Amino acid sequence: MADKPKPNDLLSEINYTPPSRKWMDTPVEWKKGYYCYGAKPKNLDYIGFPNGREWNVTEQDWKLVDNWKEIFLEGMENLLKKFRSFRLFMDICVRCGACADKCHFFIGTGDPKNMPVLRAELLRSIYRRYFTIAGKLGRIAGARDLTEDVFKELWYYFYQCTECRRCSVFCPYGIDTAEITMMGRELINLLGCCTDWISGPLANCYRTGNHLGLQPHTIKSNFEYMLDDLEEHTGVRVEPTFNRKGAEILFVTPSADFFAEPGVFTCMGYLLLFHQLGLDYTWSTYASEGGNFGFFTSNEMMKRLNSKIYAEAKRLGVKWILGGECGHMWRVLHQYMDTMNGPADFLEEPVSPFTGTKFENAKSTKMVHITEFTADLIRHGKLKLDPKRNDNHTVTFHDSCNTSRGMGIFEEPRYILNSVCNHFHEMPDNTIREQTFCCGSGSGLNAGEIEELRMLGGYPRANAVKYVKEKHGVNMLSCICAIDRAVLPPLIDYWVSDVGVCGVHELLGNALIMDGEKERENDLRGEPLPGMEDKGEEE
Amino acid sequence: MGMIFSLVAVIVLVAIAFMGAKQNLLGLFGVAIPYLAVLVFIAGFIRKVIKWGQSPVPFHIPTTCGQQKSLPWIKHSSLDNPSTTLGVVGRMALEVLLFRSLFRNLKTDMSDGRAVYGSNKWLWLGSIAFHVTFVVVFIRHLRFFMEPVPTWVNAIDAADGFLQVGVPHLLITGVVLLAAATYLLLRRIFNAQVKYISLPADYFPLFLIIGIAVSGILMRYFIKVDIIKVKELTMGLATFHTTVPDGIGVIFFVHLFLISVFFAYFPFSKLMHLGGVFLSPTRNLANNSRAVRHVNPWNPKVKLHTYEEYEDEFREVMKSEGIPVEKES
Ligand code: SF4
Ligand code: SF4
Repeated sequence: MADKPKPNDLLSEINYTPPSRKWMDTPVEWKKGYYCYGAKPKNLDYIGFPNGREWNVTEQDWKLVDNWKEIFLEGMENLLKKFRSFRLFMDICVRCGACADKCHFFIGTGDPKNMPVLRAELLRSIYRRYFTIAGKLGRIAGARDLTEDVFKELWYYFYQCTECRRCSVFCPYGIDTAEITMMGRELINLLGCCTDWISGPLANCYRTGNHLGLQPHTIKSNFEYMLDDLEEHTGVRVEPTFNRKGAEILFVTPSADFFAEPGVFTCMGYLLLFHQLGLDYTWSTYASEGGNFGFFTSNEMMKRLNSKIYAEAKRLGVKWILGGECGHMWRVLHQYMDTMNGPADFLEEPVSPFTGTKFENAKSTKMVHITEFTADLIRHGKLKLDPKRNDNHTVTFHDSCNTSRGMGIFEEPRYILNSVCNHFHEMPDNTIREQTFCCGSGSGLNAGEIEELRMLGGYPRANAVKYVKEKHGVNMLSCICAIDRAVLPPLIDYWVSDVGVCGVHELLGNALIMDGEKERENDLRGEPLPGMEDKGEEE
Repeated sequence: MGMIFSLVAVIVLVAIAFMGAKQNLLGLFGVAIPYLAVLVFIAGFIRKVIKWGQSPVPFHIPTTCGQQKSLPWIKHSSLDNPSTTLGVVGRMALEVLLFRSLFRNLKTDMSDGRAVYGSNKWLWLGSIAFHVTFVVVFIRHLRFFMEPVPTWVNAIDAADGFLQVGVPHLLITGVVLLAAATYLLLRRIFNAQVKYISLPADYFPLFLIIGIAVSGILMRYFIKVDIIKVKELTMGLATFHTTVPDGIGVIFFVHLFLISVFFAYFPFSKLMHLGGVFLSPTRNLANNSRAVRHVNPWNPKVKLHTYEEYEDEFREVMKSEGIPVEKES
């Protein structure tokens, strides 16, 4: 990080006018800080992925299997047959360019191949060449041969897309470059060329139930830390249960929430909420991951990891499932889970035990988003809240890509925020809700070795945060995504500084008045609540 | 290069038609090629749609552009994030008729070290002008294939000539179509980003359509052709009693040939977005995937890491942490 370029240096390099040289003639410039490390064979072997080997992205020879091209093209044909989206999106793009400057990676890097349309063209040119009549004409038809260099180019740019779908919002045909990236990554995985940062969590999650590889005792002890802190701050001892049969509800959240700051503060918010409610729920160490790196790999791997949630719900005999704050986790739960691993006919249609509200929108999947659950509680006056406890925060809200464009959760978190804090300001319209900008590190790109790319990709988001910081004095960026909570702090430090990052349920936890609590002096981070600044010093 | 290539290609097409008509190959250019083109269009269009249809939609992946339907007191965005089929019809109608998504268009710029996003509706305006006039011009031409001409076609024709200038009356759509196509072309040439992504296949249809529009306008206002004879020919095509009257005028055959090429080219090109837009799974599905199960016809059987395997590996630590287990050992 010592040699990290200064923000202004990076910005001054951005230029949105593409070069005169044609893109097909422009080879990839392998910039350090822009590409991930390659997957290690042991992780691929563990999950039964083919063609694992020792290889190095920076070396000329990627040690691809001899018949790699056949595998790639066969795989492509297979995907074209399986996914209408893929075939259609290969056929109907008119290159109108509406999507071109909508991608945060293009905005941040100015690299023309980060224009969504061109990212797709990288693969579309192969499609034309091998799967269309006109493509036989070659370059004049926009077609090109699949060579090792072309494959590497695909790899480089499909790991510079966070599958955020912002491009899809603006495309007149809804062409979703995220979908094309997903297809591209499926093909990449046939050749054993996953990234290290993705394959590690895959293997971990398959084995231990969570991306971080936390084993049951580690999970337990992480919770002990949180529970001790909570007791210290609130005087209330919370006692969650694990793998408990007969609980009414199974709660699943990304493992990052019980692993590191600031995610743990969000987790502490959940714990306080559930305790105060007396919710009959359990955690699971087997299904201890809401997130799903399989989603960034292949539909089959996504299914394999996701299967644990329903399997565990069935084993424990719960009635329904509640899910914590996370972005891509929710895209999988909302748009894929029921299809892949349902029908969940062993569960009941979710009903809030406190308000009687039937979550009709989740009646088949039987999994409710925590902000839906909590917003409903607040609406029915089931929680005692003291928003003044968050008065030291001027809050804004980052809409996560997946919950925004793959679901449409906008009002639920805002309703909670407006109930638990007094100072809330939106970022500019073109940067929130369905037009929200990615954190720059989604879809398995939160790897340390690509920090420069992540800073650039996150620039549009940070830019909007900076705007509300200067205009309204915003000092807290709230979100409902575990990856956001992990990656926004360094991003904000880099571009903005002095704005914290928190989950919505952390702020809720601060404001929540617990039965039997002591006089609250600290927030969940152990910092003094507004008006309590002197208290700590006196003691 | 792509642009020059496409321009030359269209010029060559014009020359072919010109020479063909001069050589009196009227049967070929007036009957055989148009029939063939329509045949290719229909067969190619159907083939492509079948091809799309053969690939299933395994997952429910609408791109949601508004508030979901969840709790009853939260106002839901029924068109940008529809939860019902009716809502989807509405969303698709907005998309197909009003180009809803293009209407969102913004332009990103860097100014003073900040990214700014300005409203940018020109592409929307140009596209909608282009497509709407294209459809009206198409409908207007039905008068050449119907006898008597239905009143609604006449009505459109009359409305189109509302300016009441010139003899024959200037039809505004033809002019707007030409202007819009020219705008789209210039945009491709002068907008650096769009130029960078453009292929010959992007310039070619524009030049072709410009060629069709120009030849049509020339024919109507400047190099007059015998309109009665034209109608004889087109009615012959429509009723399968083909006839090629003499002395129609060369420009007509150029016009007709370019249109024929357009039809024949259509199914093999990006112009298929006409059909594709209706099938796009990010737009034509209701966002109700948690309420109604979407079925994947090829849902794969996959290898799982079961709870039993998990417990076998971690049983001892689970027990020592007081986490319940299924089997004691
Ligand atoms: S907006 Fe859609 S049609 Fe236009 S260039 Fe992008 S992907 Fe292609
Ligand atoms: S999905 Fe997001 S990251 Fe990927 S091309 Fe589209 S806008 Fe860029």
